[in-house]
Amino acid sequence: MTGTWLITGARPLGRDAADVLVRDGLIAEIGPGLDEPGAQRLDAGGLILLPGLVDLHTHLREPGREDAETVSSGTAAAALGGYTTVHAMANTEPVADTAGVVEQVWRLGREAGRCDVQPVGAVTAGLAGSRLAELGAMADSAARVRVFSDDGRCVDDAVLMRRALEYVRAFGGVIAQHAQDPRLTSGAQVNEGEISARLGLTGWPAVAEEAIIARDCLLTAHVGSALHVCHVSTAGSVEIIRWAKSKGWRVTAEVTPHHLLLTEALAAGYDPAFKVNPPLRTAEDARALRAGLADGTIDCVATDHAPHPLEDKETEWEVAAFGMTGLETALRVVHQALVEPGLLDWAGVADRMSARPAAIGRLSGHGRLAPGEPASLVLYDPSPREAIDPTTHASKSRNTPFAGMVLPGRVVATFLRGRPTVLDGKLAW
Amino acid sequence: MNRHLISAGDLSQDDAVLILDTADELDRIAERPVKKLPTLRGRTVVNLFYEDSTRTRISFEAAAKRLSADVINFSAKGSSVAKGESLKDTALTLEAMGADAVVIRHSASGAPHRLAGWVRGSVVNAGDGAHEHPTQALLDAFTMRRRLGRLDGLRVTIVGDVLHSRVARSNVLLLSTLGAEVTLVAPPTLLPVAVGSWPCAVGYDLDAALPKADVVMMLRVQQERMNAAYFPTVREYSRRYGLDAARMALLPEHGIVMHPGPMNRGVEIAAEVADSVRSTIVEQVANGVSVRMAVLYLLLSGSDQGDQR
Repeated sequence: MTGTWLITGARPLGRDAADVLVRDGLIAEIGPGLDEPGAQRLDAGGLILLPGLVDLHTHLREPGREDAETVSSGTAAAALGGYTTVHAMANTEPVADTAGVVEQVWRLGREAGRCDVQPVGAVTAGLAGSRLAELGAMADSAARVRVFSDDGRCVDDAVLMRRALEYVRAFGGVIAQHAQDPRLTSGAQVNEGEISARLGLTGWPAVAEEAIIARDCLLTAHVGSALHVCHVSTAGSVEIIRWAKSKGWRVTAEVTPHHLLLTEALAAGYDPAFKVNPPLRTAEDARALRAGLADGTIDCVATDHAPHPLEDKETEWEVAAFGMTGLETALRVVHQALVEPGLLDWAGVADRMSARPAAIGRLSGHGRLAPGEPASLVLYDPSPREAIDPTTHASKSRNTPFAGMVLPGRVVATFLRGRPTVLDGKLAW
Repeated sequence: MNRHLISAGDLSQDDAVLILDTADELDRIAERPVKKLPTLRGRTVVNLFYEDSTRTRISFEAAAKRLSADVINFSAKGSSVAKGESLKDTALTLEAMGADAVVIRHSASGAPHRLAGWVRGSVVNAGDGAHEHPTQALLDAFTMRRRLGRLDGLRVTIVGDVLHSRVARSNVLLLSTLGAEVTLVAPPTLLPVAVGSWPCAVGYDLDAALPKADVVMMLRVQQERMNAAYFPTVREYSRRYGLDAARMALLPEHGIVMHPGPMNRGVEIAAEVADSVRSTIVEQVANGVSVRMAVLYLLLSGSDQGDQR
């Protein structure tokens, strides 16, 4: 299936139709009226052409929770969602806190072959928050780790966070912080406000996120390092990040598809499909997140794809696992939440879902549609509107909050360095 | 009425009045030598209790038995949440046994919502976490109406740990539906941050609230709050928010004192107040049976076994 492809009639970044010639894994040419005898042809009339999507925040669960997801199933889900790179979070069992584990995950990704897997290393040994993991060894490993995160837990010790930020300067790394003050969120279940008050569930105040982000921005400036803020969920966080960026500090941020579109009101029926960390917030927060993504304050969309087996969600709310799947729905959600209301055009989508996350992950070879660049591409049909059906998902888990929701669009094809991973909306192999 | 009773907020004013009126009628039967009615013969009521609550369980059991229902007590304390069979599997078991109603007490807010999705019978919330306890609110309203003759315009002050109280949530919802004016009084640490969105007034000063209260309802201070910085010391809490004889004297002459039990005598309520003639605490327990009979009767007797299930 590799070799030469001629993709005809697609609209690069949503602009005028053009043909794309793919040869030897690279984009050979983009322009009108191309022809290449012998090339496999793909009629892409009316489809949007975007660079392959890059996810900075994916839980692939392997090693340790292969019942929820494996590198193989997770990368299949990624390809079907239009992704060509995912960053695999470190909270596996064992934790990805050594060169050995990150290399294992990286190798599993290479074997699966449908999507690049770029491991994220833990900041602290065992995610325990007491001493730094061997960040340098992970950076120097075959996996070339540049993003470090204790995601799922906050590096709440200010001294440890400072040291981590300082230390990764030696190899151009970035600390991706899960901003959550643990004391302010002890037992927390849903956003603290009207909903938590009514439901009798322990509230998760916005300040628990915002206070950590503010502190970390200041620490980052003080030591001259780079901070990435995971899954920003409140309007206040957007404002703090906007302020930090206005100072010229190296702070970047991501937002999840679910925080862009969904609100805390969905918790009212106590269905743990809507239980996630950080929690769904208010409609006002969601509005601020969309505006922040549109104006670039928030750099990118990251899925926080968090698969869980059915039994971990078919429980009382308080004992259910936190998290939602996202890889197979992200582009459609962004289409609905930002493109349809006119907040972002397709070039903007390419920037926020491919180019910028690739830059934050220190990855080359992603995010650009130009001759000579690797042919990692996604073809997206913006016209259909269909309900999300989790039973069709390639992820091993079904915990999508969008089940039954009618969303626009469909990923038609995904190419990873010239090789199709998805054709006609199905895995190509 | 809905098929389930999960939140006091699900009850319309007509529903609530119907329950209270029905409870009144059933209460008269309790004065007869033979207390039993054949109404729910052949129906099965399961008491599914994940938390210890002898008082509530016995009350529901007595209510169901007086209506001639078959009662199965399923004590699952500590089993679902921590270990063992999941709530869903327990629900499927009860379903297989043909439960017409499941009365559930659970430490997790929302457990009755989840259960209602897995069984075909009626679900009655007997207290879920910090969420609601609707039959407690109904028996409280019943008691107020008995003692003071009305609910519309009645001024009710609820005092204490509102943040963690399912009794407070259900009472605020039900009493506002029934036209009472509710005031919550507590230290700010024990009020939800969004309490301003509730249909009630809020204050921090008990002495200021009492002269305007037809009813004062004292909430239990849970042991685990006492060491979690919600207030400096138990003594200080008691001084500021406890009801002693001197404070009780601030109530209007007809004012009554309520407590959902179990009480911490000497903390939120002084012994002499709990045992005074203004106290309705023992009546509340007795009224609980009649109100729960009314709830089971209205949820179950209208439906034909085969049809509406």
